[in-house]
Amino acid sequence: MGRTRIEGAFARARGENRAVLVAYLMAGDPDLETSYAALCALRDNGADIIELGAPFTDPMADGAAIQKAGLRALANGTKLTDVIALAARFREEDQTTPLILMGYANPVHSMGYETFADAASKAGIDGSIIVDLPPEEDAPLRELYTQRGLSVIRLATPTTDEHRAAKVSEGASGFIYFVAVTGVTGAGSADPAAIAGQVAMVKRVSGLPVCVGFGVKSGAQAAEMAKIADGVVVGSAFVEKAGDAHATGRFKAAAPAMGALARELRAAIDSVRKA
Amino acid sequence: MDLRNTWDKWPDANGRFGEFGGRYVAETLMPLVLELEAEYRKARQDPAFAAEMQDLWTHYVGRPSPLYFAERLTGHFGGAKIYFKRDELNHTGAHKINNCLGQVLLARRMGKKRIIAETGAGQHGVATATICARFGLECVVFMGETDVERQKPNVFRMRLLGAKIVPVSSGTGTLKDAMNEALRDWVTNVETTFYCIGTAAGPHPYPEIVRDFQSVIGREARAQILEREGRLPDAVMACIGGGSNAIGLFHPFIDDEGVRLIGVEAAGHGIGTGMHAAALNGGRPGILHGNRTYLLQTEDGQIIDAHSISAGLDYPGIGPEHAFLRDVGRAEYLSCTDDEALAAFQLCTRLEGIIPALEPAHAIARVGEVAKDLGRTGLMILNLCGRGDKDVFSVAKALGVDV
Repeated sequence: MGRTRIEGAFARARGENRAVLVAYLMAGDPDLETSYAALCALRDNGADIIELGAPFTDPMADGAAIQKAGLRALANGTKLTDVIALAARFREEDQTTPLILMGYANPVHSMGYETFADAASKAGIDGSIIVDLPPEEDAPLRELYTQRGLSVIRLATPTTDEHRAAKVSEGASGFIYFVAVTGVTGAGSADPAAIAGQVAMVKRVSGLPVCVGFGVKSGAQAAEMAKIADGVVVGSAFVEKAGDAHATGRFKAAAPAMGALARELRAAIDSVRKA
Repeated sequence: MDLRNTWDKWPDANGRFGEFGGRYVAETLMPLVLELEAEYRKARQDPAFAAEMQDLWTHYVGRPSPLYFAERLTGHFGGAKIYFKRDELNHTGAHKINNCLGQVLLARRMGKKRIIAETGAGQHGVATATICARFGLECVVFMGETDVERQKPNVFRMRLLGAKIVPVSSGTGTLKDAMNEALRDWVTNVETTFYCIGTAAGPHPYPEIVRDFQSVIGREARAQILEREGRLPDAVMACIGGGSNAIGLFHPFIDDEGVRLIGVEAAGHGIGTGMHAAALNGGRPGILHGNRTYLLQTEDGQIIDAHSISAGLDYPGIGPEHAFLRDVGRAEYLSCTDDEALAAFQLCTRLEGIIPALEPAHAIARVGEVAKDLGRTGLMILNLCGRGDKDVFSVAKALGVDV
């Protein structure tokens, strides 16, 4: 098998001596058509990798912004199959930008791990982050992913010591998502100086690129994180744009607003060229 | 399956009861969950831990709770002799304190100074606040907005005890939402905070820990019935929300093949209506709040809000060990509607002079059928896991009485 789309994204950024921008959006918020437009806008404005959120009724690791986004998506009937179909539609136009499905275990478990892995693979999804499937619980999915060339993207956190980092790295692929703060998405802001050593440790132990997320909202914060990691993940700040569009009823405003934010974040990241 | 020989291996090293249980938590919590398990293994071997707990159980909680022959209820149904295990006589009025005491002692061993808990009916919140007051620990209780409203006396009680109440407005504002919010707090304050889970669910090792602490109910009941009747009961019964009082009663009887283990789930307006809390009778396996178990969920794997008149049973899941006991056929699970529970609440109050909580009223509602099934020579124990003082206002409302 050749290089995966995820490996390609990191290789291109490395070639440009910069970190990647990973953008998150909640599929179906405020509706699926808007999400499709947002996917394209994010890609066109410099997002290297896109995380496609799958809504769940009980998002125990998410803060208010993503909780509400998920509820909005569920309220208009968004199902996991719709999220996969959205990915497939994007993939028809774009064979390069990696798409990572991010969500919780139950909808995937409910569909059946094998059915899900087949559908995701067919839709051109590149991997997943299932928040409540730690290494101890993701073995069945991991095996199915390996057979289909999908990546199991694991989380590392401020509570991850070197011993745990080895466990998190076992069977991980694509990249490691380093959660910068102990907390839920969108809450607080991380101190890059405080986590730099740990990010480097996780990178050394895993041998994979490390992207840092949680609490990164502004260009300035993204630039600081870009200095210490291979990538920067921004979620709640994008999701809030969809929330604004929902609140004003102007759904068409969401994608341009998300695109503008991506452009701003990407410019900030690019300003930090690595040696 | 021969449980007599195999039971002790559950949960296995991965925290599983057969296909149920596990540790489905965010990575941030994994190191803590593993540390808790290690600390619990050490505590179990430590005679000082057992001695401290025993002392407080005896002098603070008031254990052992009596085993009481419910003579008039027995006469009313005309079947098996019905005994009540009187866990409603514990300090704070329910079985919840058995487990809180154990978990808070564990938290102290781990050096945690801040305790968080979720609560539905408020009984677990009150018990946690009580133990925290006793040990001078900070206590934060997450409670759904709907439950804050329908369990006002317990909310005030917790505040008197020094606990901070956080009303949770997400979802339907019930127990499930309170648990989500408690998990979010735990992720945020993982270094300082111990999460005292109130039922035999959540990530491993919680189902095992809660079961072990609550098993004092069954151990006492088993010894008491042997002393009173000279033999084991034919059936033991308990209501089930998450299932902590039931597993505590059942577990010491699991190896006794002749003893039927019967749980009663809350059927709300009726299982056919979709407005219920009967995860085993009306749900299917899924993953929520750290464990794989039976859940109320849509075809697409979204969680459905539970409904029950009893705030303590108003939860869309069930402890993983019950899911396992049901699938291997060792325990039976019945259900009872809101109306049947209300009738049983009044029946028990009138016949026995004991006002039960709405939770055990669900088990009382099914006790007649089982008693008749067992016949006059039969013998059974029902866990009266909580007293009904907290429910007086909501029962009055349901009966259309203005108090």
